Amino acid sequence: MVMTIHVDIVSAEEKIFSGLAELVIAPAEEGDVGIAARHAPMLTRLKAGEVRVKVDDNETLPFFVSGGVLEVQPHVVSVLADRAVRAKDIDEAAAIEAKRRAEETLSDRSGKLDYAKAQLELIEAVAQLRTLDRYRNNR
Amino acid sequence: MAVGKEIRVKIASIKNTQKITRAMEKVATSKMRKTQTRMLATRPYSKKIAQIIRHLSHAKPEYTHPFMVERPVKRVGVIVLTSDRGLCGGLNSNLFRMALRQFRSWGKDQVEAQIAVIGQKGCSFFNGIGAKVIAQATKLGDSPHLEDIIGVIKVMLDDYRDGNLDVLYVAYNEFVNTMTQKPKLLQLLPIKSDELTPELAGHWDYIYEPDAKEVLDDLLVRYVESLVFQGLVENNACEQAARMVAMKSASDNAGKLISELQLIYNKARQAAITQEISEIVGGAAAV
Repeated sequence: MVMTIHVDIVSAEEKIFSGLAELVIAPAEEGDVGIAARHAPMLTRLKAGEVRVKVDDNETLPFFVSGGVLEVQPHVVSVLADRAVRAKDIDEAAAIEAKRRAEETLSDRSGKLDYAKAQLELIEAVAQLRTLDRYRNNR
Repeated sequence: MAVGKEIRVKIASIKNTQKITRAMEKVATSKMRKTQTRMLATRPYSKKIAQIIRHLSHAKPEYTHPFMVERPVKRVGVIVLTSDRGLCGGLNSNLFRMALRQFRSWGKDQVEAQIAVIGQKGCSFFNGIGAKVIAQATKLGDSPHLEDIIGVIKVMLDDYRDGNLDVLYVAYNEFVNTMTQKPKLLQLLPIKSDELTPELAGHWDYIYEPDAKEVLDDLLVRYVESLVFQGLVENNACEQAARMVAMKSASDNAGKLISELQLIYNKARQAAITQEISEIVGGAAAV
């Protein structure tokens, strides 16, 4: 039997996931990290992307986070997400709309627009869509 | 019969008032349930982040964050969380009273205080008494989001970082139960690390990515935000509970008033009838 590790995913407004997993893959700021049981204690920032929780060989749960903090203790992994959504809850239309809006803002650089904010929105929307795609393909 | 017309009008108007207070009570009851679920939903996050902070204070970081260092207190900041709307009993005024008492005792120690307010009621109160309000946010509605209050918190945190503040508090109403709400002043910064138990204070440290300073900075800002947010949703639950209780007692009082007035009205009406009869009888006897 593979050793499992306890995983908690919480966002400021609600609890998203809590349970045992074999492996957690998270989008750390310096590249994706995979965490199995008895990983050394670690504290890192997350960027927008997908946290995948491998429960067992047959089941991997995708979660979308727009950023946050990841803490690893020997027996527990905590993901403090700024805004976490279960992949199936992501509203695709809203994501595409947000992406379109952000691109529009990016291309329209004549006015005094918030360039940095638009870019952030774009990154978030793209990450959301990617999570959704992967979720679809797995099904 | 013209008897007691004023009384009848009065009864009708009180009945109308009672209808309104009863409707508000029902609305508050259903909202209270919602806000309470919200309050419970935010608990896992704040518990988790508090746990990480505790781990952190047990570890031996090579870097000490300014948020964790105590300084001599000369200036304090308070984030006051209030409701947007009134008619919720003494909820806001109890909080203001506690805050004022605190300000007075700081004033005696020559400590300056500055305030950030969330909620319409607090804004009008603190602007009215001429307190130093440096940031405010209003009209957050019944289901506030973290994004709404980040700006207000950032103003305070920036001041803290620049050394314009030495302690940061948050003041809000603590939800004890439906009947009881208690004003509470909670210290946010510097973060009070719990008394270290020697066996727990290991010599280990986290692996920080990208580096300790940035990660800690992020984490501690989030910690403060989560505490304030927790306070905000708790204050919201308090508001609805207090409104429910206040409206319930208003409806009850209106009912009592109506029955008293009804009694007076009936007595007056009866007296008028009796008088009329005795006049008729008297008149008949005279004939």
